[in-house]
Amino acid sequence: MSVLAPERAPAQEQTSTEPATRTRKKDFAGAVLAVPFAILLVCTVLVPVAYTLYLSLFTERLRGLGFSGPEHVFVWLGNYLEVIADSAFHASLGNVALFALIHIPSMLIGALILALLLDSAVVRLKQVWSLAVFVPYAVPVVIGGLIWAYLYSPTIGPIKNLLGFDPLSDTTVLPSIANIATWQWVGYNMIIFYTALQAVPKEIVEAARADGAGGFRTAWSIKIPVIRPTIFVAAVFTVIGSLQVFTEPMVLKGFTGTVTSTWSPSMYVYEAAFVAGDNGRAAAASVLIAVICAVLSAVVMRFSTRRSSR
Amino acid sequence: MSFADSKSRWVSTPAVHVILLVAALYSLLPLVWLVTSSTKSLGDFSTTGAFEFGEWNLWANVKALFAQENGIFWHWLLNSVLYAGGGAVLGSLICAACGYAIAKTSFPGRRLLFALTLTGVLVPTTVLALPMYLLASELRIVDTFWAVFVPLLTNPFGVYLARVYADASVPDEVLEAARVDGAGQLRTFFTVALPMMRPGVVTVLLFQFIGIWNNFFLPLVLLTDPKLFPVSLGLFQWSTRQTQFPQYTPLVITGSLLAVLPLVVAFLVLNRQWRKGLAAGSVK
Repeated sequence: MSVLAPERAPAQEQTSTEPATRTRKKDFAGAVLAVPFAILLVCTVLVPVAYTLYLSLFTERLRGLGFSGPEHVFVWLGNYLEVIADSAFHASLGNVALFALIHIPSMLIGALILALLLDSAVVRLKQVWSLAVFVPYAVPVVIGGLIWAYLYSPTIGPIKNLLGFDPLSDTTVLPSIANIATWQWVGYNMIIFYTALQAVPKEIVEAARADGAGGFRTAWSIKIPVIRPTIFVAAVFTVIGSLQVFTEPMVLKGFTGTVTSTWSPSMYVYEAAFVAGDNGRAAAASVLIAVICAVLSAVVMRFSTRRSSR
Repeated sequence: MSFADSKSRWVSTPAVHVILLVAALYSLLPLVWLVTSSTKSLGDFSTTGAFEFGEWNLWANVKALFAQENGIFWHWLLNSVLYAGGGAVLGSLICAACGYAIAKTSFPGRRLLFALTLTGVLVPTTVLALPMYLLASELRIVDTFWAVFVPLLTNPFGVYLARVYADASVPDEVLEAARVDGAGQLRTFFTVALPMMRPGVVTVLLFQFIGIWNNFFLPLVLLTDPKLFPVSLGLFQWSTRQTQFPQYTPLVITGSLLAVLPLVVAFLVLNRQWRKGLAAGSVK
């Protein structure tokens, strides 16, 4: 997912509520420009979402001897109840919860520390450092997953010998998956934070220095509060991304039996839809994931506005 | 963290650089491993260290890679370029037009469209994959180029960004002047506004390119014909065979290197360009 953090957007929204007041007559030209995207949005997002909601309320059942083919039966919330009661779904939620607990703090804190270090006056060769840490973002997720899978693999990779334990065992595979995601995203978020830090007014930083605040103090009391909205936007996108984690465990599944076919909720949906062929259950599970995503991002954003409105 | 306060500076410059060095090694070593490993034959993996070169087998590996399954790797590379390149160019233009229209014109339904766009940002791909597959099979376009290409054009976040860029970089006075000169709105967009929004549009393009190049779920679900696979799906499929057929290991590793190289090079070359775009999007 591409994530940028245009944190000044709300301010711009106010100035643009009455845009271009002059050209009301030729409104249709604006509509013409917007139509291609509007069609795409309807056909590839809104209709599929509506279709998922519809599917989630039905199930396929064989009637009689099954000669007449499966029958579409309306089951109210039956699919949802089935998913909610399914221990495989619980396990997948547990996995992503743990994954998020490891990945989100390590990635965001790491990115923030690196951004603050780059922003401090003493660092030389800023470009080189930031490019080096950013490079993994340019690696496709599947390929990043494959590289790490081989590095983890006991026969080919060096990590087992280096660290003295098997990174693909029952207990270590989860942090190993989180590590792949952190490797991929830490540089990207570092750049986002670093870019946001450039907007911190230099006078304030210098005034703090003159008052005797050290680098750590300046970072904590001035720089971090200023870029807090950016941090929260990044947190929201990371939460959503973590819940939907799919590619990394899918890749590792080919290397170790410790990743099950329903390891994450997205894999659960994939398994239900394309292996078990149970569309109703798959649709219900994906609606549940979407709802959890929406609730969690609302919680993070609420937390963010409450803290910054003080 | 090893910085203490004294004389209003980050005290230990070496410590700061050590942290940066560790971060850089963590980021780069897996790629170094990819380079050294793609020079190895299967046997070399057990006899050589992870980060040393083996006997120079790179060309043999590359030859084997392109020979495998009648040169299907060419198809995969070409498909990736078509999906990601074509999708990013067309998709970012569509985003720019829509973002501009929302920011600078006042067609009816503009607020509704923007609200739906913001909702679209938050819809997980997982939710879309199954209905997309079922709709595509209804339309009989499963296993075609278009079934993957068209959904990947949709980039709600790109529209949001394009709107921000249009607001920030296209002054109303310029549009007014163009109107006075008798330019129609469409012409104004293409000849006046679009060039002004260019750094922003390039950013949308780059990130959409990455997004499509990274997309895995949709091609996995919609494609079964290996000839239509993008490179990451193809390599993924080979990698699932490597437990039974270890000879796929050098192929997957060399293929990964060839798939990563153009992207990394593009990023380094376009460094300035995307940085400018990022700055325009997040700081302005």
